[in-house]
Amino acid sequence: MNPWILAAALALVAGPSLAVAQDAHLARNLAATCANCHGTNGNAVGDMKPLAGVSAEKIVALVADYRSGNQPATIMHQIAKGYTEAQIRLVAEYFAAQKPAK
Amino acid sequence: MNHCNNPLEVSRRRVLAAGAAIGGLVLAGCASTPAGPSIGRVVVVGGGFGGATAARYLRLWGGNVDVTLVERNAEFVSCPMSNLVLGGYRQMADITRGYGGLKALGVKVVQGEVVAIDAAARKVRLASGAELAYDRLVVSPGIDFMNEQIGGLAAALDKGSVVHAWKAGPQTVALRKQLVDMADGGVYALSIPKVPYRCPPGPYERACMVASYLKTAKPRSKVLVLDANPEITSKKGLFQRAFDQHYKGILEYRPNSEIKEVSGTVAKLEFEDVKADVLNVVPPQRAGDLARTAGLVNINNRWAGVNWQTMESTALPGVHVLGDATFPAPLMPKSGHMANQQAKVAAAAIIQLLKGEAVSATPVVMNTCYSFVTAKDVVHVASVHQYDAAEKTFKTVPGSGGVSAGANQIEGRYALSWAQNIWNDMLA
Repeated sequence: MNPWILAAALALVAGPSLAVAQDAHLARNLAATCANCHGTNGNAVGDMKPLAGVSAEKIVALVADYRSGNQPATIMHQIAKGYTEAQIRLVAEYFAAQKPAK
Repeated sequence: MNHCNNPLEVSRRRVLAAGAAIGGLVLAGCASTPAGPSIGRVVVVGGGFGGATAARYLRLWGGNVDVTLVERNAEFVSCPMSNLVLGGYRQMADITRGYGGLKALGVKVVQGEVVAIDAAARKVRLASGAELAYDRLVVSPGIDFMNEQIGGLAAALDKGSVVHAWKAGPQTVALRKQLVDMADGGVYALSIPKVPYRCPPGPYERACMVASYLKTAKPRSKVLVLDANPEITSKKGLFQRAFDQHYKGILEYRPNSEIKEVSGTVAKLEFEDVKADVLNVVPPQRAGDLARTAGLVNINNRWAGVNWQTMESTALPGVHVLGDATFPAPLMPKSGHMANQQAKVAAAAIIQLLKGEAVSATPVVMNTCYSFVTAKDVVHVASVHQYDAAEKTFKTVPGSGGVSAGANQIEGRYALSWAQNIWNDMLA
């Protein structure tokens, strides 16, 4: 087969999988919006809560409590309301999979 | 192609690489280059909150991306927290960080100034005459001042009789010295420009920090806030409360007080002259000089328009603009925090563009600005901005964001931790 035709055929096949690859970065990109306070990949220093390695269920529950007001907060109740529940789930799973830095 | 040579020797390297390809030779490898072929060369201009974050995340997320950061200064000095230095609560060393962390991550850091962008040939020229070729360029030039709008200001700033201290560094040191040298009973006047300007709550935090210092060190002195705006432009209620609660009799706030001219340390307004002992003028601002000379400024002759999905310039293809230099999306502040967030949107998009992949359709950015109203009490403003594909811009999420219920010391600790974490996030 002409290599150019082969390349074109592969590119067509690759189309949908590229879209999947893009989705694979969504959790990483969303979690990066938390890094200014909670550290790169959730490795916070100082008085901020580290999120690296924290279970996804725990993060999801905590954010839900901030949103509902059950958990009092200085700022997280306002920030939590800016993300969809699906986004919070992705962020939580991303942080849960991170290794806490030593 | 191997990009591990001296980043300034682009022309020579290109010739060598071309020769190597024709002759079938192999260039010598170097230890700092990760295994595998480079996916592309990115030059980042400006090592502040936007540029440094972009450089770091291109390396963290991109694998083998050649990243060269060009920055004028040897070290990063943070504008956020610099008002604490003016109050005497922190030292310059506390707000200064080096670029060693980025170098350790494989970023080539070049101290120099980019003076020209050739977007067609995809290369930049430095003041030294050296050229750097790129596949994608990131420009994070911050702001420069429109000194010409205030009579006598340019000369006064040159002379040092008036300071701006709106770029942290020697100006911060100079203003602190003037405050320390001022006699008890002196007047510190702070002129605030009309919006938009860098760091909306910054001037009011500064007024509080200087008042806090004078209240104990020189209690007969005065802080006079000359605001060109009709009211406090950020966290209004919280700053108003701080002015009343902590600085009554020391701090006077005057709205609609646009400065027209400076003469010595006299601020000339439309209908009166205000005599100060220390005159601190925050000038009106526009995108940094490089954005203007390179043709990136295409909105109101002042700001750089960008595609919010990628942060790519709407004026020059292949060039991504970050931070205070951009024309903002609705309710998007000019802040270091926001520049850091935009940098990650850009880094993710650039890597995908270099790989020929589709860029993310749903970027999100958020902002938090903490302001000190006393040495320990802090107030915040926060917002979350989701990309709206139909309108091609970021929009704040209804019901989200907001300000502190009141000034408090818990957020005082959070503010200091915020600084450590964001500095790590851009430079560690």
